[in-house]
Amino acid sequence: MSDSKKPRRDFIKLSAMTLGGVGAASLLIPFISSMNPGKDTLALASTEIDLSPLEEGQSLTVIWRGKPVFIKHRTKSEIDSARNISLEELPDAEEDSARVQKDNWLVVLGVCTHLGCVPLGQKASDTKGDYGGWFCPCHGSHYDTSGRIRKGPAPTNLPVPPYVFLTDNRIKIG
Amino acid sequence: MSSNELQGYKKTLNSPYTGIKGWIDSRLPLIRMMEAEYLKFPVPKSLNYFWSFGGIAMFCLIGLILTGIFLGFHYKPSADDAFDSVERIMRDVSFGWLIRYLHANLVSFFFIATFIHIFRALYFGSYKAPRELVYIFGLTMFMLMMATAFLGYTLPWGQMSYWGATVITNLFSAIPVVGDAILTLLLGDFTVGDSAVNRFYVLHWLLAFAIVGLVVFHVITLHMTGSNNPTGTEPQSWDETVSFHPYVTIKDLNATIFFFIILAFILFYYPNILGHSDNYIKANPMVTPAHIVPEWYFLPFYAILRAIPDKLGGVIAMFSSILALGLLPWLDTSKVRSCLFRPIWRYCVLLFAVNFLVLMYVGGKPAEGLYVLISRIGTAYWFLFIFVLAPLVGFLETPRQPLTITNYLQSKKA
Amino acid sequence: MRKALLAIFLLFSFNLYGAGAKIDIPKYDWSWKGFFGTYDRASAQRGLKVYREVCAGCHSMNYLSYRNLADLGFSEDHIKAIAAEHLVLDGPNDEGEMFERDGIPSDQFVNPYLNENAARAANNGAYPPDLSLIVKARPKGADYIKALLLGYVDPPENMKVPKGQHYNKFMAGNLIAMTSPLSDGLVDYDDGTESTMDQMTTDVTTFLAWAAEPSLEDRKRMGLKVILFLLVLFVLAYISKQQIWRNIKH
Repeated sequence: MSDSKKPRRDFIKLSAMTLGGVGAASLLIPFISSMNPGKDTLALASTEIDLSPLEEGQSLTVIWRGKPVFIKHRTKSEIDSARNISLEELPDAEEDSARVQKDNWLVVLGVCTHLGCVPLGQKASDTKGDYGGWFCPCHGSHYDTSGRIRKGPAPTNLPVPPYVFLTDNRIKIG
Repeated sequence: MSSNELQGYKKTLNSPYTGIKGWIDSRLPLIRMMEAEYLKFPVPKSLNYFWSFGGIAMFCLIGLILTGIFLGFHYKPSADDAFDSVERIMRDVSFGWLIRYLHANLVSFFFIATFIHIFRALYFGSYKAPRELVYIFGLTMFMLMMATAFLGYTLPWGQMSYWGATVITNLFSAIPVVGDAILTLLLGDFTVGDSAVNRFYVLHWLLAFAIVGLVVFHVITLHMTGSNNPTGTEPQSWDETVSFHPYVTIKDLNATIFFFIILAFILFYYPNILGHSDNYIKANPMVTPAHIVPEWYFLPFYAILRAIPDKLGGVIAMFSSILALGLLPWLDTSKVRSCLFRPIWRYCVLLFAVNFLVLMYVGGKPAEGLYVLISRIGTAYWFLFIFVLAPLVGFLETPRQPLTITNYLQSKKA
Repeated sequence: MRKALLAIFLLFSFNLYGAGAKIDIPKYDWSWKGFFGTYDRASAQRGLKVYREVCAGCHSMNYLSYRNLADLGFSEDHIKAIAAEHLVLDGPNDEGEMFERDGIPSDQFVNPYLNENAARAANNGAYPPDLSLIVKARPKGADYIKALLLGYVDPPENMKVPKGQHYNKFMAGNLIAMTSPLSDGLVDYDDGTESTMDQMTTDVTTFLAWAAEPSLEDRKRMGLKVILFLLVLFVLAYISKQQIWRNIKH
């Protein structure tokens, strides 16, 4: 009698343990999920910028998701210097035309891809590095006028954030 | 190696296990300890469900610390930001409402479990020798719980938080001569404000973990003597015990799940019923709510505070009401532990429990008229119970001969 | 025994704070009551209109953002349009000046006054409370809000109502600084619902209840699942317990 009952007993205990385990595991979901950015933070994840005050040659730094975004109104010569090089010279080969939506507007994330410092080059008085773009003072990475890494320890180009032109001189990042 | 004088001392290094388990256990004897204290530990088999509330309280504490950590990720302890950051948790943080409501309601259920746990200790004489220290550590934890709960209640920085904090911290000003200076020192300001909420937050965390530390002492002392049981007599043989696992674990788990079903009902359908609506108004130092009441679990002690018409006297009565309970192991003169065999003391303890609920009731009422009178009678009984009835009843009553565990279980069957 | 204790405890807690109030607040039916209750979206949307056209003149709702209105079933474009109707003070700009711009969905509901002092100055010293949490911040919550809005009646003959105060039979002390804010037909509902006093007070209270506790629907849905889960777990654990203890004489 007791032998014939043994499988059922094991089954009940096993399902109780399984169910308890599933419950404990699903209890973790809300806790871990709560560590994500809140709805208010996500709502601020897009930024609209008016580009009209920006003269040719000038740059603007805006904040997107708490990080600086460099917007550069490039001059003809800056565009040319970004285009007139062979891709073989680049550590992280990428065409300039693939990095911009309109030739005279460059939008890149202003965070050095080495260890996260903000490169210099936004202000007229800043040193712009050997390639006329940006220079990171932390460990000496040089970026060109397309935000591509040219010299120094940074492994990749400054990333381009998602953005769209709402009108000719208004963009929305994010 | 075979025989030298240190052998007897060092033999604890020899683990009963092999392999990785043995390697760890011979260096850190935790596995051995856990097996002895939690798997094979003998527990009287006559325990009823009153004995599950220690475990339930432990689960509540774990839940409070877990939810507390995740609330702490988002909460900002400052007079300007505290209320707003709590609202942000409720509205914008993913599952933030769940975590906050859990934290707020778990406290209440922690207190429910603890009140029942303490009642059990009183009714079945668990405080009596040789378990005095188990009981003392328990009462110490209870006091820390109250301090932690009070500090935690101030953190959302609503109207009740603010004015509760103001009223309670002002208790310190009852200390003669240096009271006001101490109060200013504790608050870091002349009123409860920005600096107070900052330190309350730190202390809320600190005390929570102090309770965890005391749980360890509570359990160590308990495991020296083993659990008391309804008969109050110690088990005479292995036959009268069961191993902690699986017998007690499954039983406590049952009780815990049942308890948490009730918690879930409150949590998901009436999450604010144990709170106060005024606490959804941001703290305003210029406006006092019409009717300040502490959280429900403080009400009996609040009633004692207000029963004494003197400021300092009230404060002393309130604190000594708990401290005096700590003297019970020495004031109770009876040789018999369990109320099952104590015809008079049994009713004293039951009346003490009813008195506790009555004090809780009048503590939530305005301090006027009949309520004051009731709270005075209640306070009088509280101290009468400890200082007069405990020693006296032990002499006066003739207890019945306590049953052994085996006989008790048989008589229960019959 | 334990159940009895809990029942006693619950009994006490229900009565704990309501006591002392002599004013009986009537009970109304609300769409969100009960185990499966949800906010009546159409009613809450109408309530938003009442709030924006009547209450928002004096009362802020600081914990609400326009983006939250998506919960009430408004489309993204509609929310953008609503937000854009408000001017938001932003800045400082590059010249260090504060400037006004059109609202966007991530903005908080725009406050009718710059600060509390301005609010008091405009209202004879009375401060119109923020409404984002009002339903949770008052005993009896939604019932009280609706009753209060309907509670403006003529004062008893022997009572003198001071200047700047109004008689309301549901306000504590019966005197309130706010005049009766609503009257029949005051708001022109977009969906053609007739804007009676009863309708408007129900709608605006529904909106305010949602604003105070937007997580209510998630909470009730999750509660049902959790309690069912725990009940099943309890049954399994109980059977396991009976089986484990079967061989023990107790």
